[in-house]
Amino acid sequence: MLFLLNISLGSVSIPVEEVLKSFFIKIDNEAWYYIIQNYRLPKAITAILVGSGLSISGLLMQTLFRNPLAGPFVLGITSGASLGVALVIMGSSIFGGVFATIFSSSWSMVIASSLGSFLVLLTVLLASFKIRDTMALLIIGLMFGSITSAIVSVLSYFSSADQIQQFVFWGFGSLGNLTWGEVAVLASFCSVGFIITIAKIKGLNTLLLGENYAKSLGLNIKTNRILIIVATSLLAGTITAFAGPIAFIGLAVPHITRQIFNTSNHKTLIPAVFLIGSIIMLICDSIAQIPNSDYTLPINAITSLIGAPVVIWLLLRKRKMIF
Amino acid sequence: MTKNTAHTVLKTQALEIGYKSKSKTSSIAQNINLSFNKGELIGLVGANGIGKSTFIRTLTKVQPSLNGNIILNDINLSEYNNLELAKSLSVVLTESVPSKNLSVFELVALGRHPYTNWVGNLNKKDLETVNQALEQTNILHLSDKKCYELSDGQLQKVMLSRALCQDTNLIILDEPTSHLDMYHKAYILKLLKTLTQETEKTILFSSHEIDLAIQLCDKIIVMTGETVEYDTPCNLISKGAFTNLFPSDLIKFDEKTGSFRVTK
Repeated sequence: MLFLLNISLGSVSIPVEEVLKSFFIKIDNEAWYYIIQNYRLPKAITAILVGSGLSISGLLMQTLFRNPLAGPFVLGITSGASLGVALVIMGSSIFGGVFATIFSSSWSMVIASSLGSFLVLLTVLLASFKIRDTMALLIIGLMFGSITSAIVSVLSYFSSADQIQQFVFWGFGSLGNLTWGEVAVLASFCSVGFIITIAKIKGLNTLLLGENYAKSLGLNIKTNRILIIVATSLLAGTITAFAGPIAFIGLAVPHITRQIFNTSNHKTLIPAVFLIGSIIMLICDSIAQIPNSDYTLPINAITSLIGAPVVIWLLLRKRKMIF
Repeated sequence: MTKNTAHTVLKTQALEIGYKSKSKTSSIAQNINLSFNKGELIGLVGANGIGKSTFIRTLTKVQPSLNGNIILNDINLSEYNNLELAKSLSVVLTESVPSKNLSVFELVALGRHPYTNWVGNLNKKDLETVNQALEQTNILHLSDKKCYELSDGQLQKVMLSRALCQDTNLIILDEPTSHLDMYHKAYILKLLKTLTQETEKTILFSSHEIDLAIQLCDKIIVMTGETVEYDTPCNLISKGAFTNLFPSDLIKFDEKTGSFRVTK
């Protein structure tokens, strides 16, 4: 339903029945058909992928680090991505014009942010082979975040207002600019992440007892940790690459789900988080479009504006944080 | 008190425990030769910092031994992989469980982890084992409660129940009576005693409740700085093993009552 509603709303409002029809037959209104096929539909699918993917990776991180404040970006994924993008946008003035001409296509941001987050993740992953304590890994991820944001600050100090604005716009996040090809790439990477997650349900539940108990139950901590990190980076990394750093969803949705379903069992949580993540993202995107107007608000602001009060309300109502 | 038909569950041969780092090796206790028999309740006592936890960590393969062998069910501990070990040895640790949002049933059922399929579904036998474990620890009525609703005493029973559920012939508990009041200390240790008799499992626990351990255990391991004594409580008392357990300026072991008295 929300999926259809999301497609039907926008600067041009299209009736829901027409949207439904357009999936099966070519509808009469050429303009509507074009908008749905090439713009609204990929955007709605992206919203679902982004919402569910970020939420799942948030859940993975919260369970792995046994920390309710963990989100998909604690491993430094966003910071790596933003460093990559910052280098492309703002580095050109420092490294000269050649750089700027190489990276001018629409894929450049995607490639830059993927590379950035991939490099940071690779370092964190290497660290995870060496380190016995998962908490230390959390700190390392946060440290990487600090280092990269410091570099971004230095870069922006030397950049023009234009470039800074461009960077800020990337930071707003966007679901709308994906072609079908890009949606397919995003979807396939996310699927791999989801499959790993489903395969690790049992391990995740065991990790709820803490690493020492999990080990005493025969769980291979290192393999599980690495697979969970790989799944998170696939999800959060590709999503950030295509849609920008979308805040809040990854942190909040697992909490909202736990409050609603009142469970920590991943067999229930994973499908529930997937669903609620998609729903919230679709709602946020519909609002961001501001139906019947030409304005599009930054999705990043909407997710926080909608989501934060919901989490506060749930916590106040139950008076107890469930984790 | 010794059983003639005893079946050895765990045996240590010239075991040396301690820590090893690149630069130096610090040995905590050497030449430990013990054997635990089927259905025995064994207490591990000693002053703080004497190496009880190190000993337990070594037995549960959390840290390697410096020398010697640990034989669990006739197989050397070093030959076990995680999953096989989980089927022979279960533990109750001092740390609390980070997620208290699990129901008692869910938490206990996680003890079936080594036996369940890839997604962790419980089959009929698993469910039976879980219910049996809940029953044996008298917490069947709590099974739908969330762990954050429980008292420390109840929580300890849940953790014990989870260890039972793991269906191993040896259970090791690290200080199961800390944080508990006098009644629940006695309750938990008595429960351990009953379990060893009913299920024929071997249970080893470390504790500071020396009086209770003397009354309930089949055998006691007494760790002092120099020696590791292992015998029945009666023999240990007549050997005077408890006399040297602590510095004698404050408390003294009274052999008649089997407990410590403050020196006046």
